[in-house]
Amino acid sequence: MAPSPALEAAELVKTYPAGRKKPPLRALDGLTFTVPEGVVLGLLGPNGAGKSTTVKILTTLSRADSGTARVVGLDVVKQQEEVRHAIGYVPQKSSCDPMATGVENLVLSGRIYGLSRQESVRRAAELLERFDLTEAGGRQVRTYSGGMQRKLDVALGLVHRPRVLFLDEPTTGLDPEARADLWTEVERLSGTEGLTVLLTTHYLEEADRLAGQLAIVDHGKIVAEGTPEALKAELRGDSVHVELVEPDTEGIVRRLLAALPGIGEIVVEGNTLRARVDRGATAVPAVLGALEEKAIPVLAVTVSRPSLDDVYLQYTGRSFKSAEKNEERAA
Amino acid sequence: MSTLTATRIAQRPLRRGGFLSHTGFITGRWLRAQYRSPALIAFTLVQPAIWLLLFGQLFKGVVALPGFSDSSYIAFLTPGIVMMTALMTSGWSGTTFIDDMDRGVMDRMLTSPVRRGALMAGQLISNGTTTVIQTVLVFAIGFAAGARYDGGVLGYVVTIVASMLVGTAFGSLSNAVALLTRRQDALIGISQFVSLPLTFLSSIMLDLKLAPDWVGVAARFNPVDWAAITARQALSATPDWNSAARHGAYLLAFTLLVGYLSTRAFRTYQRSV
Repeated sequence: MAPSPALEAAELVKTYPAGRKKPPLRALDGLTFTVPEGVVLGLLGPNGAGKSTTVKILTTLSRADSGTARVVGLDVVKQQEEVRHAIGYVPQKSSCDPMATGVENLVLSGRIYGLSRQESVRRAAELLERFDLTEAGGRQVRTYSGGMQRKLDVALGLVHRPRVLFLDEPTTGLDPEARADLWTEVERLSGTEGLTVLLTTHYLEEADRLAGQLAIVDHGKIVAEGTPEALKAELRGDSVHVELVEPDTEGIVRRLLAALPGIGEIVVEGNTLRARVDRGATAVPAVLGALEEKAIPVLAVTVSRPSLDDVYLQYTGRSFKSAEKNEERAA
Repeated sequence: MSTLTATRIAQRPLRRGGFLSHTGFITGRWLRAQYRSPALIAFTLVQPAIWLLLFGQLFKGVVALPGFSDSSYIAFLTPGIVMMTALMTSGWSGTTFIDDMDRGVMDRMLTSPVRRGALMAGQLISNGTTTVIQTVLVFAIGFAAGARYDGGVLGYVVTIVASMLVGTAFGSLSNAVALLTRRQDALIGISQFVSLPLTFLSSIMLDLKLAPDWVGVAARFNPVDWAAITARQALSATPDWNSAARHGAYLLAFTLLVGYLSTRAFRTYQRSV
């Protein structure tokens, strides 16, 4: 018998009822994916795409309207209790008790999961050591920095040695240094004891660095799945970025570029135009020539290999940045 | 790798923590937090102290009115203020849940194997200890102002238990409102809106013989009044144990009912996240 995958979600649908001044929201619209054991899966998408809702359903916090989900082969509705023992959940917002110390937070969690007092204390010390928090362990959490609290959050998710760890937006709101620090921790996690990690993020860079497998979520569905490299490799050609002095308000530049041979989809964002091209080396001179002919001032032109941003654009028809802005406006 | 993991899991059978042990852990958490900010308990005593001392003086004469059954107003007022304090303080109970929801603590707890009933009971037990401390202190203030009781130790014990039931019932209602509204301002608004009529449509301040009939009718359905009656009977020289037991039983039944319903509110909360 083949081992069951660490995570399986099939046709998940979840609609939040209408509230005051809010229309009903279909957060998940037939979301389906599978994650083998030991993999770090990144769920990438803008705010409101359905990432957190997916995590809430898989962690038994919330329930789907329809569809099924299994964690290490256990049904999240019918075998709730077993699922809860098998998972660790690090919510988007810090989940440690600010009035308790680091040790007290960890010990309480250990006790709830059925560890003896002694075991809990030992495990707490072990985790504090591992996350470099030993010195702060006896202090109340409200005195911790944001980065320290986040590390304690992750430690709390690991107390009972879960088989699957859910990290919901683990680095949102952290300063760059704390973020880099946490990335190192998550990278170390993925190597240990066959732990499967599901990580949601709206940072392309984070997904690229941490996720062994990536699933792009858009409007409550997975629109693309694969390793970051494979997803990027699927896109043929290069990406050309043209930075103008003035914004292309009347679409002149856009029309100009679209008329050139070998140029694919074009996206305009303020002063920047981005175009998918078959070959960067031949496209750049053509672009520059066309712009010079019309005497349109240019700040810079760059060519790059496809990035995750391009992957996102390819599958959702809009750039990641503009999707984020739209979602924020909607929210 | 996968066989390795399988053995590890097999060696650690699922240990389901019981309701009692979980309640113990959760109670510990809240008690610890409470004793780290003892000033809060003292702060909540300011209001009852003002009620006792100000109203005790202001209405000293009401006992002279025909129909008033007690001979000292401060002795009449003190058990009432005990219940009022338990009611008012417990109205804030749900703010602890709101804080947990504003952070990710509530969501983490709800994805753990912790019993829902234990999350509720643990917080309420810790709230109950605050009520006991406050009850003792209100009695101390009342005693200083001249209140004396003939009911002996049993009278005090019954009063403390009744005040804990008031605190637990309205604490769990407050927690339920917190789970349903998820908003601090809504919780405070509702709790004020409910606690004022409960205070005044009762015998907390005045013997109901002096009040209009409709107030007496409303008070008959008021759990805070049941508590006040139980306490006054138990504290008096010649307690009517029948009445005390009947009102105490109403109060206990009410507490258990709202405790159960409040625990159900976790489900509503989970449906909305």
